[in-house]
Amino acid sequence: MAIKLYGVLVSTNALRVMACLAEKDLDYEFVNIDMRNKEHKSPAFLSRNPFGQVPAFEDGDLKLFESRAITQYLAHTYSDKGTNLIIHDPKKMAIVGVWIEVESQKFDQVGSKLAWELAYKPMFGMTVDEAVVEENEKKLEQVLDVYEARLSESKYLGSDCFTLADLHHLPVLKYLFGTKTKRLFDARPHVSAWAAEIMSRPAWVKASST
Amino acid sequence: MGLKLYGFVPSNATFRALVSLYEKDLDVEFVKVHMAAREHKTPQFLSRNPFGQVPVLEDGDITVFESRAITQYVARAYADKGNELMINNDPKKMAIQSVWMQVESQKFDIPSHKLAIELYYNVLHRGREVDEALVAEYKPKLESVLDVYEQRLKESKYLGGDSFTLVDLHHLPNVYYLMATEVKKLFDARPHVSAWAADILSRPAWVKIVSMLRSEGYV
Repeated sequence: MAIKLYGVLVSTNALRVMACLAEKDLDYEFVNIDMRNKEHKSPAFLSRNPFGQVPAFEDGDLKLFESRAITQYLAHTYSDKGTNLIIHDPKKMAIVGVWIEVESQKFDQVGSKLAWELAYKPMFGMTVDEAVVEENEKKLEQVLDVYEARLSESKYLGSDCFTLADLHHLPVLKYLFGTKTKRLFDARPHVSAWAAEIMSRPAWVKASST
Repeated sequence: MGLKLYGFVPSNATFRALVSLYEKDLDVEFVKVHMAAREHKTPQFLSRNPFGQVPVLEDGDITVFESRAITQYVARAYADKGNELMINNDPKKMAIQSVWMQVESQKFDIPSHKLAIELYYNVLHRGREVDEALVAEYKPKLESVLDVYEQRLKESKYLGGDSFTLVDLHHLPNVYYLMATEVKKLFDARPHVSAWAADILSRPAWVKIVSMLRSEGYV
């Protein structure tokens, strides 16, 4: 199979790519990386991603890493397959670009820290750091306040249709919604409706239940 | 033309956006935002960027914020002006360009920015005592990234491919600040990284930014 994704199913970064592959209706082989036995630090894996992180990706002889580079490659290269995840109008795409950066620079950093503390640490039997949780929930609330205002004017974050700007949030949302942090989303009606909508997309349901 | 960039000196994000406009030889009005007077938190500014941060680009009826969204907008909207800043005709090359653009954003930016603020701004410019714990935390993180860059630059003339692109440009402000501090040693110790840094810092568009910095009393 030409498309291969190397990672672990619990990784938010791997899930981000899987969400995109599902939206684009693309067949691929998932190759599990044995992280417990440090396979991600092996020379073979480092030749795929010199940072030794999952996921790594290949499409034929093209090897890529960084989930948001992979999704953008898929969205552009397979633009005629499955769901359209980008917009061809340059001015509208510039705005989508803004919100793609917002997810990357503002949402992901605090969202991932909270997911680590409240979702992953319990999975690994580690103790939650409540100070980190409190600090990051405050930061997340500031971001979600901006999202609430944005989503009261725009159906989706980047534009009036679903794009990568929304998709990139899905994996961290999945983990946060299984924790007490969900209440921050519930308290904001437009954010809450947007999250519920994108998480109910058939492609996401398929990708996240693998 | 109506290009306006809102920002302040020496904001690295502001310079990241501004240098892309200079690379494209565009006429832009640089509008200084008075941070000390909390201008960035006024309703008027928040209507431009709801996060209350610089830079913001206005181009006629379009408003763009987030420096890396601004540079990509500029590179595409003005593709036929000035220097080429993005590969846009070869899907495989574009994919590789995307990878290294993410690397700067996800891996390089945080440690380099933290060290730049501490060593270039707090210590060098403001004359404060160095926070050794912060430096000890972020220097090794930056070194790991530079080790990967050293390998990459052995195989590729520039980070994103064989020509200068936004991938390299996005590094300019933080690399410049760090070269004025003890962190320069980390770059000097890696010959390909060192040569690449010298190359990109010598570009005329960046030299224009340096004059702006110097005219405001920065090194």
